Amino acid sequence: MANAAVLPALSIIDQLPLLTIVVPMVAGPLCVLFGNRHIAWLLAFLASLASFLFSAHMLLQVIDGDVLSYHLGGWAPPLGIEYRVDAANAFVLLLISGISTVILPYARQSVAHEIKKVSHTLFYCCYLLCFTGLLGVVVTGDAFNVFVFLEISSLSTYVLIAMGAERDRRALTSAYDYLILGTIGATFFVIGIGFLYIATGTLNMTDLAVRLADMDGNRTVQAGFAFIVVGMGLKAAIYPLHLWLPGAYTYAPSVVTVFLAATATKAAIYVLLRFMFSVFQPEFVFELHTLTWIIMPLAILAMFAASLIAAFQTDLKRLLAYSSVAQVGYMILGIGLATKISLSATIIHLFNHGITKAVLFMVVGAFVMRKGSSFTKNLNGLGKQMPLTCAAFVVGGLSLIGVPGTAGFISKWLLIDAALEVDLWWLALLIVMSSLLAVVYVWKTVEVLYMNEPDEGTIAKEVPMSMLIPMWVMAIACIYFGLNTDITLTSASVAADSLLRGGVQ
Amino acid sequence: MSMQFILSHLNYWLFIILMMIGFYIVVARGNYIKKIVGLNVFQVSVFMFYISIGKVEGGTAPIFPVDMDIDPNVVYSNPLPHVLILTAIVVGIATTSLGLALIVRIREEFGTIEEDEILEIESKLQQEENSAEGPAMGGRA
Amino acid sequence: MRHHLLLRVITKLLVGPIILFALYVQFHGDYSPGGGFQAGVIFAVAFILFGIVFGLEKVKLVFPPWLVHKFAAIGVLLYAGTGIYSLMLGSQYLNYSAFTPDHPEHGQHWGILVVELGVGITVAAVMVAIYYAFAARPPVISDEDW
Repeated sequence: MANAAVLPALSIIDQLPLLTIVVPMVAGPLCVLFGNRHIAWLLAFLASLASFLFSAHMLLQVIDGDVLSYHLGGWAPPLGIEYRVDAANAFVLLLISGISTVILPYARQSVAHEIKKVSHTLFYCCYLLCFTGLLGVVVTGDAFNVFVFLEISSLSTYVLIAMGAERDRRALTSAYDYLILGTIGATFFVIGIGFLYIATGTLNMTDLAVRLADMDGNRTVQAGFAFIVVGMGLKAAIYPLHLWLPGAYTYAPSVVTVFLAATATKAAIYVLLRFMFSVFQPEFVFELHTLTWIIMPLAILAMFAASLIAAFQTDLKRLLAYSSVAQVGYMILGIGLATKISLSATIIHLFNHGITKAVLFMVVGAFVMRKGSSFTKNLNGLGKQMPLTCAAFVVGGLSLIGVPGTAGFISKWLLIDAALEVDLWWLALLIVMSSLLAVVYVWKTVEVLYMNEPDEGTIAKEVPMSMLIPMWVMAIACIYFGLNTDITLTSASVAADSLLRGGVQ
Repeated sequence: MSMQFILSHLNYWLFIILMMIGFYIVVARGNYIKKIVGLNVFQVSVFMFYISIGKVEGGTAPIFPVDMDIDPNVVYSNPLPHVLILTAIVVGIATTSLGLALIVRIREEFGTIEEDEILEIESKLQQEENSAEGPAMGGRA
Repeated sequence: MRHHLLLRVITKLLVGPIILFALYVQFHGDYSPGGGFQAGVIFAVAFILFGIVFGLEKVKLVFPPWLVHKFAAIGVLLYAGTGIYSLMLGSQYLNYSAFTPDHPEHGQHWGILVVELGVGITVAAVMVAIYYAFAARPPVISDEDW
């Protein structure tokens, strides 16, 4: 420790993995300290923008397969906490911070409409803490640190969801259900980490990977693996563990739903990817069995069951929430196949589904602002009254289905490609068939928006520009990443590479 | 399974029993406060588990003498699990207080903290929302 | 509790020593068992005891809720600020040795002292905030109905 001081001074570039986390973390309490809602919003936006720029720079640094390692407090790993950025987490960091940066301009009007003014500073503080937690989960290379950041993000998420209680009191019970399930999930994760610690005596992921390499038959390790997968599965809303998600997404304030749908489950899936492919070796017999006999069937079940439930919903927000559960199924399917292409498909679907759901939930937020609720029966004929908002919904909907020319197509194409590569043609067929279910519920909504006559005596204006522009930035991103796949495909395949190579450089 | 095996893994048995008690309370009880109590028992079982694995047989408290004159023959317990659990305890307190705060608000809004009664109220609300004749806001509070 | 003379006198006597003990635990945390978490809770206990005996209104005069929120923020900022200061000195986040490069142990003492102070302030403020949040709710059953 004493010799740490004589090391050469670090430049700001070396500090990037840390600054990405610390800037929003400091901005949170500053919001409370200033106590002004305009300053709070500005701080949140600037912090988010800063994190976005930092993660973009880091992605450029690691896109060639490099790894950035940051030693917190100067304590070298495996003893100290390490922040470790490779292509996989740089890509997820970019997704989370990018979406947050686009959401915040949208948030200003929406939050003003849905939450009372005195709570605004606390709202932005919680938002920033949640944002910090999600980034931290992704950036850290220390297994226990994942838990700490996970709880930072979860606790602030419960508060954010409960803030929906001003519009509907069921937000409180949804937040409570999520708190119970989320805490059980996180505690399972801690038990898993404990078992790994008993078996190896280390918490650093890279070090864990090295020490676990020849522990295939070890019961302790197997139990640890099970606990970690179930715990993270709860957070990621893998099909039978998704029960908290529909309520939480339906009753949370619109902005919170946009943010959670686009980022929170993605961070959990990233952790699953990291543990399944970097920390544990996918060649482990027990893991292979889990992937083939548990993860894959659950993924297929999610794709169909959740899509079917979605088709019968009368509330657009709840419909999209169930659709999210179905889309998590596709990501899990990529994990289950466990080839390089399928992992790329999972990572690219993280990104594409993030931007797609961001558009769709932003549109729902606009409907809630103008019509007071998101029930399909209140949305009749809005296509004529709010043309730009509804057009954004159509773009998002097409991307959700996976129509060629949209981002959703790329990830599904890659997934089908991965299924065909291992000669599972029936699986490819199932993917196409479940996409048809998405057509059902997207078309149902489009029909209400465009084919039905508007309710008599109702006039709905377009939402303000500050909400339309972020909506369309995401909608155009959906099309752009559907046509130009260089950036996403390259990043995703490098990311899949660095995951499969594990912690070992 | 010999007596020897059971006794030598006593901390694990206690951990599992405590964990299952807590988990059962969370799942089986309908009262929201009791669920939080169960969640606490569940979390505490994990804390106990971590703390017990930090114990080294014959080990003493892991505090080095002030003059740093460390006797190589002295065995120290492993302090790391304790440090980890300190963090987890703080997280547990935050979760508990947030859960209780939510319960206070639920009680104010619903007038009850029994799960079955709340589910009844919620399903009534949902029926109103889904019926075409219902008011446009469908019972939104 | 207006009539409970004994309680009121004892409370008045106790509040001072409790705060003093909190500070002792706080600033001895780097040498002996103790530190920010424990000290923060003990510190908050003084206010909570005062609030229980003399009523919520009285304790809110001493430590108004808006100030509680600010202190909760200040504590975190003190912690994070220590880390940022070490960043500015060209070292890793929270690398205390950077404060006094010639004598790293001194830097570590200073670092842990400030960080623990930040933890203590936040914990105390949050504990008081939790007490306020729960105590300020009107009781469902009034005292007379018991």
